Amino acid sequence: MTVLLDVRNLETRFKVRKGYVYAVNGVSFQLQAGETLGVVGESGCGKTVTMLSLLRLLPPAARIENGRALFEGQDLLQINRRQLRKVRGAQIGMIFQDPMTSLNPVVNIGLQMSEPLVYHRGMNMPQALQRSAELLEMAGIPDGQARLRDYPYQLSGGMRQRVMIAMALACQPKILIADEPTTALDVTIQAQIVELVKELRDELGAAIVWITHDLGVIAGLAERVMVMYAGFVVEEAAVDDLYDDPRHPYTVALLNSLPSVSETKGHRLASIGGSPPDLSARPHFCPFLPRCRYAIDKCQTENPPLRPAPGVDAPRHRIACWVDVQERGQT
Amino acid sequence: MNRSNGAVLMQVESLTKHFPVQLGAFGEHAATVHALDGVSFDIHKGETMGLVGESGCGKSTAGLTILQLHRPTAGKVYYQDMDLTQLKEKQLRPIRQKMQIIFQDPYSTLNPRMTIGGAIAEPIRVHNLAPQGRIQARVEELLQDVGLNPIYVNRYPHEFSGGQRQRICIARALACEPEFIVCDEPVSALDVSIQAQIINLLEDLQEKYGLTYLFIAHDLAVVRHICDHVAVMYLGRLAEMAPKDKLFESPLHPYTQALLSAVPVPNPRQERKRQRIVLTGDVPSAINPPSGCRFHPRCPLASEPCAKVDPEWHQVEPGHWVACHTDS
Repeated sequence: MTVLLDVRNLETRFKVRKGYVYAVNGVSFQLQAGETLGVVGESGCGKTVTMLSLLRLLPPAARIENGRALFEGQDLLQINRRQLRKVRGAQIGMIFQDPMTSLNPVVNIGLQMSEPLVYHRGMNMPQALQRSAELLEMAGIPDGQARLRDYPYQLSGGMRQRVMIAMALACQPKILIADEPTTALDVTIQAQIVELVKELRDELGAAIVWITHDLGVIAGLAERVMVMYAGFVVEEAAVDDLYDDPRHPYTVALLNSLPSVSETKGHRLASIGGSPPDLSARPHFCPFLPRCRYAIDKCQTENPPLRPAPGVDAPRHRIACWVDVQERGQT
Repeated sequence: MNRSNGAVLMQVESLTKHFPVQLGAFGEHAATVHALDGVSFDIHKGETMGLVGESGCGKSTAGLTILQLHRPTAGKVYYQDMDLTQLKEKQLRPIRQKMQIIFQDPYSTLNPRMTIGGAIAEPIRVHNLAPQGRIQARVEELLQDVGLNPIYVNRYPHEFSGGQRQRICIARALACEPEFIVCDEPVSALDVSIQAQIINLLEDLQEKYGLTYLFIAHDLAVVRHICDHVAVMYLGRLAEMAPKDKLFESPLHPYTQALLSAVPVPNPRQERKRQRIVLTGDVPSAINPPSGCRFHPRCPLASEPCAKVDPEWHQVEPGHWVACHTDS
């Protein structure tokens, strides 16, 4: 397996009226070719900002303070705008959460879809339209040729998300970043979209980064999962290891707090006390400390780095925690 | 709570709500949205009734119409043997105190210019539930009930997080000392870790005050956890209704089966093995709903009569109702 994308120590912060918001605080991860990586976390944990930073699609108030993102020998955070445009859409495609606001409402589907094909692949307009129609059918929209003349408002939410997926895959990117693509959709439509992405992944072999807050969606889709909290990666593991043997107190609590559709637990949900963290100061202690059941003295003075989980065979199971939850859980 | 030991609190009988679609400057009547079509169910005292379905299926309209916040087009809603649909606004006022609602979005339901103490005190004043001198104490008591520190009483909504705001909305609903609360997607705007807190709070309050809930949600896992009875809606009609374990273990309606099979489970091994019933297409428009069974264009089991004849809403076994041709 070759490493396709290597992100090291990424830091992004936002300038606000009273100082800064520390959104991403030193995120490092690797993405292998053809692999599906799930990124899980609550709102405001920095999962979207991390991915937007890679493509430098951040709003003006945000600045990347530190880090490297190596993709095919070039650092995405350093290359100039012209080089970056060759990567966006061509090598790395992106699907956003809300298909209504990410499609241009006054341009028809055909024209929007042809744009990347003309720009990146040098097709002429008839070729691009022809290809767009094929892509729409591949994404499960019947009679793609006729849909090219439609405007986004004429399509339903699920259809629009299919258009977004077809568009993101138009140039056969090596990486597809999907930012909560099913959150705005109903469960039955979500199931359709997830099935579609699985099929296309097997067909095209693109690596996928799937951002979500739903631990259920990611379970059947991802090979590896990264859990984020307060702008830090707190746990990273193969999907089976993460669900069977979670090691970070936050992951443990998150999995326990989920109500289940397949069984009645009949007892209270194990909720996580407190509220999500305030990001206006960079913590010098563990960011999960105020809500953690297992905290020890060391947690108050030092922020734990991401390191291999103690006592785990899986080589790539890493956590950012001083405490061995497994050991403490038994005592 | 068991169905046998609770008396019927709310009785909904073929409740129907159509909205006109108007066109142009003079508002010509262009079409009708069939948001709710002949929905009937009982809610027993002290139980939690769940109402699930996809967006646009009319579940929120059902909640609002039961509370007479929308006046129904047809049908009846009985509360303590009174037909609410026949009462005038003035006669409804004292009854409204007993029926409250918690909305989905705690950001837009609180007045940003009112302190939370003011917001909670308002219903107490309107309904004269405490003498002037006792109001402050009552507000503090309510804040404690929902797990907020009473020192926050003079703060404004923007100073609170989403979960805390939802607690404030709950406190305001409780201020009226209600019997019945419609919870309209109360946790779907909240983060996973906060969801569990609010669900636990709702359960605690139900136990403490003997409340009855109508819990409207699209998240089936949450519904399974909190509800006693569940009704599944599709395009303005009820598809199936049963005690929750019945509904989740042995669903009869193909829509319920598909809905349950679409819910992702946080267990990778199980997920990979699962055989999904993936429905094709989208929910049709409620302006021009399909003939016969409204689910037939997407139904994997649809046969000839489904497109022509409305399936009858019938009881299969005590408490388990379904509207489908396939099992009769």
